[in-house]
Amino acid sequence: MAASDLKSHTYDVVVIGAGGAGLRAAIEASALKAKVALVCKSLLGKAHTVMAEGGAAAALGNVMGEDNWRVHFRDTMRGGKMHNNWRMAQIHAQEAPDRINELEAWGALFDRTPDGRINQRPFGGHTYSRLAHVGDRTGLEMIRVLQDKGVHSGIDVHMECTIVKLFVVGGKVAGALGYFRETGRFVLFKTSAIVLATGGIGKAWQITSNSWEYTGDGHALAYEAGAELIDMEFVQFHPTGMVWPPSVRGILVTEGVRGEGGVLKNSTGERFMFRYMPDMFKGDYADTEAESDAWVKGDRTKNRRPPELLTRDVVAKAITKEIAEGRGTEHGGVVLDIASKQSPDYIKKKLPSMYHQFKELAHVDITKDPMEIGPTTHYVMGGVKVDAETQESTVPGLYAAGEVGGGMHGANRLGGNSLSDLLVFGRRAGQYAAGKRGAAPAIPDAEVEQAMREALEPFEHAGENPFAVQSALQAIMQRDAGIIRDKAGLENALAELEKLKGRARKVGVTGSREYNPGWHTAIDLQSLLIVSEATARAALERTESRGGHTRSDHPDPDEKQAREQIVIKKEGGRMAVRREVQPPIPADLMALIKESV
Amino acid sequence: MTLFRVFRGTRDGGGLHDYQVAATEGMVVLDAVHTIQAEQAPDLAVRWNCKAGKCGSCSAEINGKPKLMCMTRMSDYAPDETITVTPMKAFPVIKDLVTDVSWNYEVNKRIPSFQPRAPDFPDGTWRMYQFEVERPQEFRKCIECFLCQDVCHVLRTHDKHEQFMGPAMLVRAAVYEMHPLDEADRRDYLRHEGGIGFCNITKCCTEVCPESITITDNAIIPLKERVVDANYDPLAALWRKVTGKGK
Ligand SMILES: Cc1cc2nc3c(=O)[nH]c(=O)nc-3n(C[C@H](O)[C@H](O)[C@H](O)COP(=O)(O)OP(=O)(O)OC[C@H]3O[C@@H](n4cnc5c(N)ncnc54)[C@H](O)[C@@H]3O)c2cc1C
Ligand code: SF4
Ligand code: SF4
Ligand code: FES
Repeated sequence: MAASDLKSHTYDVVVIGAGGAGLRAAIEASALKAKVALVCKSLLGKAHTVMAEGGAAAALGNVMGEDNWRVHFRDTMRGGKMHNNWRMAQIHAQEAPDRINELEAWGALFDRTPDGRINQRPFGGHTYSRLAHVGDRTGLEMIRVLQDKGVHSGIDVHMECTIVKLFVVGGKVAGALGYFRETGRFVLFKTSAIVLATGGIGKAWQITSNSWEYTGDGHALAYEAGAELIDMEFVQFHPTGMVWPPSVRGILVTEGVRGEGGVLKNSTGERFMFRYMPDMFKGDYADTEAESDAWVKGDRTKNRRPPELLTRDVVAKAITKEIAEGRGTEHGGVVLDIASKQSPDYIKKKLPSMYHQFKELAHVDITKDPMEIGPTTHYVMGGVKVDAETQESTVPGLYAAGEVGGGMHGANRLGGNSLSDLLVFGRRAGQYAAGKRGAAPAIPDAEVEQAMREALEPFEHAGENPFAVQSALQAIMQRDAGIIRDKAGLENALAELEKLKGRARKVGVTGSREYNPGWHTAIDLQSLLIVSEATARAALERTESRGGHTRSDHPDPDEKQAREQIVIKKEGGRMAVRREVQPPIPADLMALIKESV
Repeated sequence: MTLFRVFRGTRDGGGLHDYQVAATEGMVVLDAVHTIQAEQAPDLAVRWNCKAGKCGSCSAEINGKPKLMCMTRMSDYAPDETITVTPMKAFPVIKDLVTDVSWNYEVNKRIPSFQPRAPDFPDGTWRMYQFEVERPQEFRKCIECFLCQDVCHVLRTHDKHEQFMGPAMLVRAAVYEMHPLDEADRRDYLRHEGGIGFCNITKCCTEVCPESITITDNAIIPLKERVVDANYDPLAALWRKVTGKGK
């Protein structure tokens, strides 16, 4: 097909991704009178944000008046193992309360405190009760509010449209090429400002809480466009995914279960988390069951939090160790029990969708019986390197916000900090992208034609089933680039991925271009290969253990590497890896982090 | 082995195709469809995202009943029972199990948007109490699966998409109508464009809702009452407008 026959649109700002970050960016850009397109792979309202359960973290101080942005900043930095972009962590902590209040002004119905304010629940790594929530369906509330605000703001939504290529001309953003899933036809967006809000990469692993969409498209699009990726070794394995039956393996069990008092036990019945307290957090958590129980009952000033609420990296590793040492359950998990800590009515009220999920999918009544859980791939801390204030990447006119952005969460993200991140940095990306509007450079026809040809390749020949290559990739990443890594495994992963690139080039698809999942999977494979390689290369480079990255051959943190970032960039057709030292944390902020509260 | 009969086709027509799938413990219908896709028919079109009943993407009709495929366990059927999976009937087929649901999004866009009263406090915030928010929170559980739209005879049998917004969109309007802060008046919209009068309270929608929203009793009937009041009792309507009561 000639580029001249292609359907094309011209916009001031094109936002790719319609989760919390993309919607918030689009709303902001539109409020600044930019002509905005919002493009998403699924239907509107189905992005990952809809699945978020526990809540959005913001130091509103509604439940515990002692809370403020400084404590939130401190918790975020400590949770991120001091590796975070400090300026992003600061902006996030300062602006999150306004962003949550703004959602209320747009119609959000958060759960309330007795005096009529937004209620907040405790969560792992947060010193005070901080998560604004709606039962255990906070993401649904958030996306619906943003969706309704968005459609009433005059944004053009292009649903079920997948972007496959970004065009950069003369060093500046010029546009993007996509195809509509329904028809298989291509569409060209011409623009000088693109906001990537495509979410994460979790589909690169076998056991995951993520959907088919999480193939790392935004990471790969940015990489191909010449932008830098950082922190790709930091992948969050959430401690609690379902493990049984096999068909639901990996589906998330919200941290809210532990926030509401749920405890972890091994097969001997021991509450093992007391044995896994890292030095950094000694003194912040309860050291007896009696103290934990008193805290759960609501006496939060005199008692400290239960150790189940340690940061996710710590809890996931503890569970992995218990299982590896033979104290796991029949199906290779550990026990999460809330039934013995809270009444059935309370559980149904606070965790309705968990109750429903276990009842329907596992035939387990969580008000009576314990759950069987184990770690599941959940979130990528790494992403496109951006400027903290503007969210602009190293490519002028290309912005990234939400899970696809890197830096904010450092080596480990605190629960609840993603939903607030989407709002804070989504808004900023939209604001600065709108400021970038102007004539976009013309995209050479030949580049567009080549991109279309490449996308249609799998129709050209008979070949291997793309689903088979995708599952081979997932098996490699699960085995060699999972929770516990080492040099030999990572090198093996890289060698295997190299072979898979060859197989991926030769996949074939049958049928027409209309709504053809085989074809979609073949295209998504290209992104999966890039993000998998980036993760493995960065993980090999970081010779220490920190947050979500654990090396059995380098089991300890190395303070020299704490503020070093592994940067990935495409150079001369190859993936180049280098280290870069982040700017030092200013003394006043350093004092905040060290403060004990 | 379980026999699956899955609709394959496009807007131009199609028919049921047979596939054999080996059932494993805990398997849901969506897993079976994915197995068919991965091993036998890579171009079999289906929507899904969360696999846990949270996103409302995987709606279809299983043995004629509107359901979420990800929440329907194969053990709910007898081992030798054939499982037939067809797309939702109230919407045009795009391909296989995927239907064109864009009409719902068009309707949603036309529902008058949320308009809060002025903030209660100078810092721009409001106070609302749990008992007040609980009513609209029930409607906010809606995952936009459109199964209620699929089962409602006004849309399914009588094809009144032009005149009737359907139960899912009535639920959407109810969120804001019963929102403690909202001041917009949607009664005119509901009566005319929304066609609320077409609903004759058969409650079929409530029966299929995977989120157990009591669509008819809690959303539609109260909305009907408001619309009726507004039309037959202008004095009461005026009183409400002046005092803001009875909303
Ligand atoms: C089960 C679950 C529970 C969670 N619970 C919480 C919680 O309680 N609190 C919290 O803070 N975080 C939570 N998280 C994490 C959080 O939900 C996500 O990190 C966050 O929603 C990501 O938002 P986003 O806007 O960056 O991307 P998403 O919401 O994932 O949206 C990505 C968008 O990009 C689109 N897209 C992707 N690729 C392309 C492409 N090539 N072309 C066009 N469009 C594309 C997709 O269609 C989608 O619209 C949870 C995550 C999961 C999976
Ligand atoms: S109760 Fe009304 S909306 Fe629901 S199915 Fe019956 S007619 Fe349709
Ligand atoms: S009201 Fe229930 S059945 Fe209807 S779309 Fe919403 S969740 Fe689905
Ligand atoms: S896949 Fe989300 S509801 Fe079934």
